[in-house]
Amino acid sequence: MKAALQKKLLDSFIEIIRKTSAELPKDVIDAVQAGRKQEADASRGKYAMDIICKNIDLAKVKSAPLCQDTGSILFFVHYPHKHDYDVLQKLFKKAVMAATKKGYLRQNSVDSLTGVNNGTNVGPGSPTLHLEPWKKDSYDIRLILKGGGCENVGAQYSLPDSRIGAGRDLTGVKKCILDCVQQAQGKGCGPGVLGVIVGGDRATGYLATKEQFLRKMEDKNPNPDLAKLEKECVEEANKLGIGPMGFGGKTTLMGVKIGALNRLPASFFVSVSYMCWAYRRQGAVVSGAGEIKKWLY
Amino acid sequence: MRSDGNTMIKLSAPFTEEKIRGLKVGDMVEITGIVFTGRDAVHKWLHEGNMPPMSLKDSIIYHCGPVVMQKKEKGRAKWVVTAAGPTTSSREEPYQAGIIEKHGVRAVIGKGGMGEKTRLACEKFGCVYMHAVGGAAQVLAESIKEVQGVFGLEKFGSPEAIWELRVEDFPVVVTIDAHGNSLHKDIEAQSSKNLSDIFGALKK
Repeated sequence: MKAALQKKLLDSFIEIIRKTSAELPKDVIDAVQAGRKQEADASRGKYAMDIICKNIDLAKVKSAPLCQDTGSILFFVHYPHKHDYDVLQKLFKKAVMAATKKGYLRQNSVDSLTGVNNGTNVGPGSPTLHLEPWKKDSYDIRLILKGGGCENVGAQYSLPDSRIGAGRDLTGVKKCILDCVQQAQGKGCGPGVLGVIVGGDRATGYLATKEQFLRKMEDKNPNPDLAKLEKECVEEANKLGIGPMGFGGKTTLMGVKIGALNRLPASFFVSVSYMCWAYRRQGAVVSGAGEIKKWLY
Repeated sequence: MRSDGNTMIKLSAPFTEEKIRGLKVGDMVEITGIVFTGRDAVHKWLHEGNMPPMSLKDSIIYHCGPVVMQKKEKGRAKWVVTAAGPTTSSREEPYQAGIIEKHGVRAVIGKGGMGEKTRLACEKFGCVYMHAVGGAAQVLAESIKEVQGVFGLEKFGSPEAIWELRVEDFPVVVTIDAHGNSLHKDIEAQSSKNLSDIFGALKK
């Protein structure tokens, strides 16, 4: 890959990181504002939602990180099959280092054995790159930044689960989802959005929960059973009364996105990832010449 | 000082026991005065019996690892806080009660709530836990008007140091008061009951 193209790609990758850290996508902003409207005037829930809305505006204007925890860096990329995989891997890592230097990302990645933070955000598992070649000559690059507070409250269930009385059916899945919300309380910085996978193994299930976060808030699940389950889970979770930041109120969840993977006869996992209100997700079509052509959210 | 509904309360320094005992769970408060940041390293260090150079009597501790940049202004170096949301408080649960007792801390700001030990210490020694909105790094940084000092920058590193911050109208909600009440406990109990009801209806 020529040096000039590498430079252009690098700049585009850095811009995608900047925008993701500072600007929530429109569909998420709409959902946050809808949640704000639901909360009673002069309530604690409304107070939290007012601050959240103000923060969303301010971060965009200042082009500064929306939340100081700039999170796990999750790239989902399709790239032109003629472009060099090894070079691209290096370029994404270089973009993360540059974005960290510019302050778009906090120095946020720690060696788990030594506790050392080398300040670059690059190391084993960081950033997480899912690079897939395709036949188009342009790139589809999507990025999610997911903070630690909400990542800590995700959960994986193995059905049947006698603690919550969940069997191997969609009612059991619903119980897992609602139990996860109850366990999380306000610790996941709600109102949140859940990515849920029914089936898979422990690893593929959790990975696919993150891919659910690539869906737009308003999209409809093509599987009618899952579409129904998504809707019901949001409605029922919002009857729990946990509310924004766990202050109490009507908006506990803004959305639930559910997918399914095949499973072994012996296993029935339900994997749930919790995304905080600071749902940082952006994406762009980047031309084969390295230029951002279109924003995807 | 007391409010019955959900009125906004302005809380200004000095943070006396009387003012703090006047707060109750659910109060929405705007703080003006000095707050000291302190998170994992500082709590462990205080717990080990070390004394900071400043007095923490009648002070507010903020569980926060701010992003602080050094800027030049009229030739002089100046610290500016650029992002300053709360971090999860439960990690300080083993230390907080002892620090409230020994140092006379009047308020702790963080997110996610704290446990029984802290709730009891708040009641006994006249302290409150105030919840800032997690993730609201920019709004909260705007309320920080000045960095008045820093301690332990080399020892603990920037996010873990004790930053002395002058804040104006810093927005929080009281979720543990000095009368034994905890909003976290109440909401958890209520939502647990609601969940049982929902599960009960699913069986039919």
